[in-house]
Amino acid sequence: MRIGFLHSLIRKDEKLLIDEFRKRADAELVPVDDRKITFTLGNDKFDFDVVLERCINHSRALHALMLFESSGIRCINNSQVALTCGDKLLTSRALVQHGVPQPQVKVAFTETSALQAIEEMGYPVVIKPAVGSWGRLIAKINDRDAAEALLEHKKVLGSYHHSIFYIQKYVEKNGRDIRSFVVGDDCIAAIYRSSEHWITNTARGGEATKCEVTDEIRDISLKAAHAVGGGIVAIDIFETENGLLVNEVNYTMEFKNSIDTTGVNIPAHIVDYVIKTAREAQ
Amino acid sequence: MNQNVTCPVCDAVFEVAENVELNELLTCPDCGSELEVVNLKPLEVAEAPQEEEDWGE
Repeated sequence: MRIGFLHSLIRKDEKLLIDEFRKRADAELVPVDDRKITFTLGNDKFDFDVVLERCINHSRALHALMLFESSGIRCINNSQVALTCGDKLLTSRALVQHGVPQPQVKVAFTETSALQAIEEMGYPVVIKPAVGSWGRLIAKINDRDAAEALLEHKKVLGSYHHSIFYIQKYVEKNGRDIRSFVVGDDCIAAIYRSSEHWITNTARGGEATKCEVTDEIRDISLKAAHAVGGGIVAIDIFETENGLLVNEVNYTMEFKNSIDTTGVNIPAHIVDYVIKTAREAQ
Repeated sequence: MNQNVTCPVCDAVFEVAENVELNELLTCPDCGSELEVVNLKPLEVAEAPQEEEDWGE
């Protein structure tokens, strides 16, 4: 079978996947660099059984997936999952539609209405760009002075999509959150991400330690994955007195810091899933 | 066999593993610059693209 490997830079995560694919005799991995590929709409023909998306740019990933699917190629993850997970507003909407618990979210489109929404929610709140990752440009707002300043800065300095104000109730997570890894119908592993800073992303220095996949973690992880369309996703989860809450769902998950930590061969699980999906597509 | 390559930022020469991939992200051990493998034969590296707003998971 031929598997298109859509990528740009080959990071350690992609290298681990490539190494795992090479162990499989029946899988031919064909690199597809998103900086070089061109599409001819309506006339594209690709000789792949499946495309595995591992781009770094969300916008390239989303549009390339749509175009591969238009030419009849099955993609992992599919473009609908990328669309939903790539936008926090759409993720939250999907979680609401599927009854998956999450922190309270408000959305506004102007400085004035955003300030009103923040005051209604009560401090502290977190403002996030709807599209963005690795904890960048997210801000915890503790009072009205900070809210007014931040909203003005976003309006004046930000591009247009920074005027879609995604406002999330701040959840006190006592220095850690959970990231779980879902592949198909299985929650294969989870880690705690700990930091003295309120942002716990490992890309921002959060430390990863093993987290046992309890029934509660498995249940909410699979529900969140199902809500965004399934496939291979990583779920960020807050622990609260009232149970677990889903913070975000990531569709091109990074796992290099979680293999030794969990003892789970995450790339092997991903490759198994891709090959199984490719067989079904043949 | 491992190969040597020259960092385009600081001119340091460093060793790269035999199983290096095209487009692989490397870090210069001398100056810390992020580099991308842009050719395998002969081995060539260039400064990696800068982080963009929609980078991430």
